[in-house]
Amino acid sequence: MDLLSNLSLGFATAASPENLLFCLIGVILGTLIGVLPGIGATATIAMLLPITFQLEPVSSLIMLAGIYYGAQYGGSTTAILINMPGESSSAVTAIDGYQMARRGKAGTALAVAALGSFFAGTVATLLVALFAPPLTAIALKFGAAEYFSLMLLGLVSAIALAHGSILKALAMVVLGLILGLVGTDIYTGAPRFTFGITEYADGLSFVALAVGIFGIAEILRNLEGDQDRTVLGTSLGGLLPSRADLKRMVAPMLRGTAVGSILGILPGGGAVLAAFASYTIEKRLSDHPEEFGQGAIAGVAGPESANNAGAQTSFIPLLTLGIPANPVMALMVGAMIIQGIVPGPNVASEQPELFWGIIASMWIGNLMLVVLNLPLIGLWVKLLKVPYHVLFPVIMAFCSIGVYSVNSNVFDLYAVAFFGLMGYVLLKLRCEPAPLLLGFVLGPMLEENLRRAMILGRGDPTIFVARPISLTLLLLTLAVLVVMFLPSIRKKREEVFVEAD
Amino acid sequence: MKNITVDWTDAMAGLIFILFGLLFGVQSLGLEIGTAFRMGPGYFPLVLSGILLVLGGLIVFSAIHDRGGEGVGKMAWRGLFFILPAPIFFGLTVRGLGFVPAIFLTTLVAALASFKMRPLWALVLAGAVTVFATLVFSYGLGLPFRRFGPWLEF
Repeated sequence: MDLLSNLSLGFATAASPENLLFCLIGVILGTLIGVLPGIGATATIAMLLPITFQLEPVSSLIMLAGIYYGAQYGGSTTAILINMPGESSSAVTAIDGYQMARRGKAGTALAVAALGSFFAGTVATLLVALFAPPLTAIALKFGAAEYFSLMLLGLVSAIALAHGSILKALAMVVLGLILGLVGTDIYTGAPRFTFGITEYADGLSFVALAVGIFGIAEILRNLEGDQDRTVLGTSLGGLLPSRADLKRMVAPMLRGTAVGSILGILPGGGAVLAAFASYTIEKRLSDHPEEFGQGAIAGVAGPESANNAGAQTSFIPLLTLGIPANPVMALMVGAMIIQGIVPGPNVASEQPELFWGIIASMWIGNLMLVVLNLPLIGLWVKLLKVPYHVLFPVIMAFCSIGVYSVNSNVFDLYAVAFFGLMGYVLLKLRCEPAPLLLGFVLGPMLEENLRRAMILGRGDPTIFVARPISLTLLLLTLAVLVVMFLPSIRKKREEVFVEAD
Repeated sequence: MKNITVDWTDAMAGLIFILFGLLFGVQSLGLEIGTAFRMGPGYFPLVLSGILLVLGGLIVFSAIHDRGGEGVGKMAWRGLFFILPAPIFFGLTVRGLGFVPAIFLTTLVAALASFKMRPLWALVLAGAVTVFATLVFSYGLGLPFRRFGPWLEF
């Protein structure tokens, strides 16, 4: 069996003592930062990104993936304990999880979340292993026109998941695309938008942008209130769910995994959508819908499984096509490029250890989370009590060191300050930063493929509609745009996000 | 009669996009545009700037409607004032002063961003971060930073 030999190669890579250690460090660091309220997975990864650059490519990506799962798990922990989701995908968990915690069942809620996530992670990892290779085979047939159309679809879908105005999200994507073009033009060598600063000839630092618009902007937003958080004073209660609890979580867990796996593959990233969809399904199917919002186990198990499955399967477009499905995957693309790996269908055939190692490490990372976090929950709770004004100077110090350590370029540090300001101002004007980051990562690729396709088509833009795969992708893009602007869908979308806030 | 009000947050967002569109658009014009067949370095950015201008205009236009939007809310002025200079300060001093003093002062600057931080605690915190960062990054990971720079040599 191909799959088995591939998986065993993956496990052999991921289970080397060194990689296990980095996976462990990643998971712990991710949880550590992820439990800090108000700092979601994207900000966490952005801030920890520079640390991983000193490592081998495989180890560094394994560690990054570990940080991702850890951060997500940390986000659920704060959602349950202090009703403050680290990011929108755990917003749903907060609804019933926090109610469970208030009734002295915080331990159970955390355990249910962890077990649900682990189960979903296991299934989704298998799905990635099953579906990635055939998709890679298709992707190898892609030419410049197909890539261009696919990226367009990805960018437009990303907007569907941004909060607030569609127009503003579109503008953020375009601004990101332009910022991505800063630096030397690959065809002619002409410097573009560098404002005469030679240090920016290689382009703006991706790390600086990510740390600035996610990390620093979030810190600034948290400083607005500058107040202490109230951490749940009551005891956690027993950790292990009772047999009755277990029974009640099985079906939601299965359904959540299915929903999450499917939505996660979609470009634009479905973890948030998956969590909401799962919650709605559980509420509708439940015999006791009135329990929802009052601490229903199904309301924690379903969405938690769904968002973890989605987080896992969102690796599929990245690993097969090199197209990031969400901002976290955009960060992974940035990390791969800095490591000298060109994300795309060639990764699977040229670097099988890397490809399968990452897939195997997903499962190992999830296992570590369950094993580690259940006993360590007490520690995370203590961490929640560390006042914010002590934390953020430490975060700032590490961000500065981290960004500088990537290229030893002090101009990257100035860029951090600039993007921090820009990110904060845009945040205040209710513009979501995620589409900007996606645009930034895809900008150079989009332009390169556009230019290549136009040369191949001898200047005739019909090349994009003449090729069937490209045409299909463009039609899908158009469909997504039309659907988003339909008044009824628009209203529904606003409702969903209002609930999320 | 309806009162026409303007959602200033949206209007401002739109204006910012227009500003960026103009900034990059004008600069793209200075680059070689080329043809659709062989696009020059200015072609794609010019198109994008145009789209950004249009989107910015649409956002401003849609900001004028008959229900007022919510305001911007509280701004973290003190945060802006101390957090943003922290990485700049690090950048300016890391080569001259060296890693150890630079990270100490950077943490100190950042610590001032909160009303809650008392000066003594800020010093203690900055000291702790410096010791930890030096051990981890300089000795542990072996990053090639000078611990004390040329400005401190007499």
